[in-house]
Amino acid sequence: MSNPAIAVQGLTKTYGKTEAVKGVDFQVEPGEIFGFLGPNGAGKSTTINMLCTLARPTAGSATVAGHDIVRERDEVRRNIGLVFQDQTVDGYLTAEMNLRFHAEMYGVPRTATADRIHQVLDIVGLQDRRSHKVETFSGGMKRRLEIARGLLHSPRVLFLDEPTVGLDPQTRAAIWGYINELRRHEDITIFMTTHYMEEAEYCDRIAIIDQGRIVVLDTPETLKASVGKDRVQLHTVDDAKAITLLKERFGIEAAIHEGQVTFAVASGEEFVPRLFADLKVTIRSVNVARPSLDDVFMSYTGSTIRDAEAGSPHDWMRAMVRR
Amino acid sequence: MTVETTPRIARVTVPRRGVRHDLRAVRVVLHREILRFLADRTRIITMTLQPILWLFVLGTGIGALMSGPLGSQGPDFRTFMFPGVISMSVIMTAMFSAGSIVWDREFGFLREMLVAPISRTSILIGKCLGGALVATLQGLVIVALAGLVDVPYSPLLILTLAAEMFLAAFTITAFGVLVAVRIKNMQTFFGVVQMAVMPMLFLSGAVFPLSNLPSWLSVLTSLNPLTYAVDPLRQAVFSHLNLTPAESLMFNPGISWFDWQVPVGVQLGLISAAGLVLLLIAAIRFRRAD
Repeated sequence: MSNPAIAVQGLTKTYGKTEAVKGVDFQVEPGEIFGFLGPNGAGKSTTINMLCTLARPTAGSATVAGHDIVRERDEVRRNIGLVFQDQTVDGYLTAEMNLRFHAEMYGVPRTATADRIHQVLDIVGLQDRRSHKVETFSGGMKRRLEIARGLLHSPRVLFLDEPTVGLDPQTRAAIWGYINELRRHEDITIFMTTHYMEEAEYCDRIAIIDQGRIVVLDTPETLKASVGKDRVQLHTVDDAKAITLLKERFGIEAAIHEGQVTFAVASGEEFVPRLFADLKVTIRSVNVARPSLDDVFMSYTGSTIRDAEAGSPHDWMRAMVRR
Repeated sequence: MTVETTPRIARVTVPRRGVRHDLRAVRVVLHREILRFLADRTRIITMTLQPILWLFVLGTGIGALMSGPLGSQGPDFRTFMFPGVISMSVIMTAMFSAGSIVWDREFGFLREMLVAPISRTSILIGKCLGGALVATLQGLVIVALAGLVDVPYSPLLILTLAAEMFLAAFTITAFGVLVAVRIKNMQTFFGVVQMAVMPMLFLSGAVFPLSNLPSWLSVLTSLNPLTYAVDPLRQAVFSHLNLTPAESLMFNPGISWFDWQVPVGVQLGLISAAGLVLLLIAAIRFRRAD
């Protein structure tokens, strides 16, 4: 029997008149990497805060590792690890001291502490920096240390709130390397939030959340397949003529994007031969792309994730709501 | 051929919450306060220089004013100020330590403590004990200057002072913590502290003797909790000096309620009780915060 790692029913949070989370339902299976994908201010952090017992739900209920988030707060806390969006390590202390502090706070048995610290430092590759003050660390190293700390007490569920926000692409990739490693070595479920499409791809399943509601929930592949259409981009000798012909012959609305004739069509690979046969414009190159999560987000919410962010209230207002 | 070695995972089991676990949390919060204090050299130096300035510049200046035209033969004014300056140093350090809660909140570390499976009260107890210990250490630095103001280095005196400083510092930290638990940024905290501590300091007998005061001022001083933190220190120092009864009355009048001279024991009891009550209120406020 395997009970869900996280089970959520009708979880709602309102701050004054603002409904930050409007009744979400989902389940996360043990061992899964589950992602919450949505623009800033969609209610991702509020949901995480409720699941981590940092905020009380206004309505609805949830269990994490089998414990109720309101009635069994301490039980939940013992079984989860947290990596916050903002930095929460003490820069004045060394990496090791930060970890020791955590071990004491979580009551890790003294005999196991040293071994466990060694292990988690190995996992994130910070063994050689263990006695350095954290203020000398780069952003990526601090984040790795926070991941190590989140793992220290062997949590059943690890929450990662925007684990790579503010990091450069290389560091981001490295962090993902560690997260994937982690799953091989530790018997752990990962719940994460992100507003980077590329990152959502790493998840086993994702829930797209927009304006406090879960719009759709499935594996990235299924979601992309559900969009149905592939994106085709052409390089031709006469783009304007190509667009006209596409309209006349195939009834396809094409436009110039990124300097190429771009359009969406079901099963793009099968369409390409017809294109060469019927389009009387010399084609220099063709590129067929599977739908990305960007397209998925677009098709379910009607806007791109960047538009959604630009359209919602200012960052600082969202930051205030999040508290 | 190499064998891939996967790190062996020693799963640790976190015990159920209990008093022992909470005590570990108290201890590690306390430990961190001390580590951070020792790591911050600049703070130690400024916190040491400030009282020296009070004692040797202000004390010397006022002392000259008093002995000059009046020709008083009393003790050195700096000797009078010595316990006051010790208290000031203890008060400032304790307040600063309490402010670390605001600091932790601003820099995110407070969240790390808030999500741990421990009672929030143990965080506050750790902070108060840490603040008290750090302030006592800082106070001892000033006590070390005793010889310069004709106060003898008696082991008994030093021990008494250390114990009294610890009690006072605990209560002051608890007060600071009470203020700090709901405040979100450092500037606000220092604003509030400045507004609360300055008048309390002036009315505590740290800066001028509480003898011969007009009755309204006298009432305020006996209502001021800090008075009961400063007086035991002064009594301890003055019991090791050779003064005429008249001088003692002038510089070390003690505290009296109506005509009853409040004994040092009662004062210390009051201070401890105040500390516990403040801590309790802070804990209640902290539990509701966020």
